[in-house]
Amino acid sequence: MSMPIAPAIPTTPAERLRWALSDAWVVSGRELIHWVRNPVVILNTLLFPLIMVLLFGYVFGSAMRVAGGGDYREFLMPGMFGQTMVFGVISTVYVVAANAARGVTDRFRSMPVSSFGVLMGRVIADMLTSTLDLVILMLCGLLVGWRAHHGLGSALAAAGLLLLLRFALVWVGICMGLRLTPEGAGAAWMPLFPLTLLANTFVSPELMPAWLRIIAEWNPLSATVQACRELFGSPGLSGGSWAAEHAIELAIGWPLLITVIFLPLSIRRYRRLNR
Amino acid sequence: MTRFAIEAEGLRKRYGDTHALAGFDLAVAEGTVCGLLGPNGAGKTTAVRILSTLLLPDGGTARVAGFDVVGDPAQVRYRIGLAGQQTSVDEILTGRENLRMWARLFRLGPREAKRRTDELLEWFGLAGAADKRVKHYSGGMRRRLDLAASFILAPRVLFLDEPTTGLDPRSRTEVWRAVRDLVAQGTTVLLTTQYLDEADRLAHQIAVLDAGMVIADGSPSRLKSMIGGDQIDVVVRDAADLPSAARIIARVADASPEIDPDAARVTAPVKDPLEAITVTARELRDAGLQVEDLTLRRPTLDEVFLSLTGRGAGADGDRPAAEKGMVRP
Ligand SMILES: Nc1ncnc2c1ncn2[C@@H]1O[C@H](COP(=O)(O)OP(=O)(O)O)[C@@H](O)[C@H]1O
Ligand SMILES: [Mg+2]
Repeated sequence: MSMPIAPAIPTTPAERLRWALSDAWVVSGRELIHWVRNPVVILNTLLFPLIMVLLFGYVFGSAMRVAGGGDYREFLMPGMFGQTMVFGVISTVYVVAANAARGVTDRFRSMPVSSFGVLMGRVIADMLTSTLDLVILMLCGLLVGWRAHHGLGSALAAAGLLLLLRFALVWVGICMGLRLTPEGAGAAWMPLFPLTLLANTFVSPELMPAWLRIIAEWNPLSATVQACRELFGSPGLSGGSWAAEHAIELAIGWPLLITVIFLPLSIRRYRRLNR
Repeated sequence: MTRFAIEAEGLRKRYGDTHALAGFDLAVAEGTVCGLLGPNGAGKTTAVRILSTLLLPDGGTARVAGFDVVGDPAQVRYRIGLAGQQTSVDEILTGRENLRMWARLFRLGPREAKRRTDELLEWFGLAGAADKRVKHYSGGMRRRLDLAASFILAPRVLFLDEPTTGLDPRSRTEVWRAVRDLVAQGTTVLLTTQYLDEADRLAHQIAVLDAGMVIADGSPSRLKSMIGGDQIDVVVRDAADLPSAARIIARVADASPEIDPDAARVTAPVKDPLEAITVTARELRDAGLQVEDLTLRRPTLDEVFLSLTGRGAGADGDRPAAEKGMVRP
């Protein structure tokens, strides 16, 4: 058997970056094969928001009031987009924890693979999945009467903000996944669920008690959802507070802040896993 | 002068109150197989994880393929292969896709990755199942695929953590064959195992690990001479015959025979297996004893520990290491 020629160890930053990107490409390719062969996973993430739309949009919908008037389902859909981005974290946490428990991460770490590359592969795969989730959910939204009133450009900007939030949360998910067992990761939705409720997802913060209203308005999810409602021209924009008036700035600022904190934490945690 | 592929000195690692490694010393010569033998919890995995740069030691030093595992992990990673205690293969991918992915991550170009993948599949006897998803593979096939993945760059040093635990005898033989082939190519192998039999078959050197320390280290024959080599087992039909059977065996045994009344069995270590079994068989027949079973076998891990430390392998952890009658060759 002939021996393969081992490539030289990268020395310059440019070479290192090239390897990191190539590693990311290989790792994300593997993840994408997973969802092509196991598409049920995508349905799983979509099942929950679809049930919520039916439940809140139709069952409770008649009893729901939109501050300032307007169609409740049009108000609800941007909230569901945002909530789906947040819940996407659960699959990130789970896959990261499962890979660590099954020895896959050990193999990566015993190889001369760029740790940034491996994590970026995860991020790319999750972002592609979430984009697909979002597209399907938007098509469903169109069926129940949701519209992007300000044109394609604004709609794309809103989608960009939603995916930006998802991007930031992938790093949170990696950080959590590297600390949890797969069993623990299965329970990750528990702290997330209340976080998505203490927001403007289902109800305008104006209709909440004052203390809840402050929490709801400053929730990063609310910033993204409020910004989306602005960009889609949906009814029920909250107003009267700094956070509500600067939703777009916050919808960019919050994810950037989360990324700045959790990206280095994830990489450090990955490199020092069990060290 | 012997060159060492693995050199560990005084490695220590603590988890809370557990000393997973309590001064682990080991030197493995280039191109040889070292069997790290120890019961569950002895610290085998911890040692392998430190040597393969996955874990930082609390103290001590280690060099693998000439590079310090703490100071120069990147250099070490280019020169090692690791097959961990769980197989890291991806169930949803096919065998070929698994290997191709790992090969790409080892920075082989697409064409070279393909060539190497085909070669390894052939070599590990997986060519026929290459395009089946791994979830349909048997335990032995998964192990071999995992071994193939750890061999993509033909590493100078290969770490195998309990490569045959949980495998059926046939798969076990397949894995042994694969390991022997790798060694024939000049790779140094450190393999952990709970079976003396396995270490004896594969290793040039056996290190016995107990509570985070190597308590015996040497060639299999040296270790066997320390622990009395092969064991002869005689099971009699009638427990009343046990004393007579024990007397017969005592004549060929290396140490006084042990009697297990519940199993109606007499066991003793022997130096010359052929002589022992012929003499015993003849004398048992001449004495007219009803014999259910007469076998020659390697000592179990428990017996190794009993002769090295004066206690079985199961009872570790409740006494500090200093109290355990340490045996150093
Ligand atoms: N991550 C960990 N946290 C706490 N204890 C650990 C951890 N890893 C290993 N140990 C303990 O260290 C000891 C040695 O473990 P290990 O190296 O896995 O042994 P072996 O592989 O020989 O079975 C055991 O007592 C085990 O419980
Ligand atoms: Mg182990």
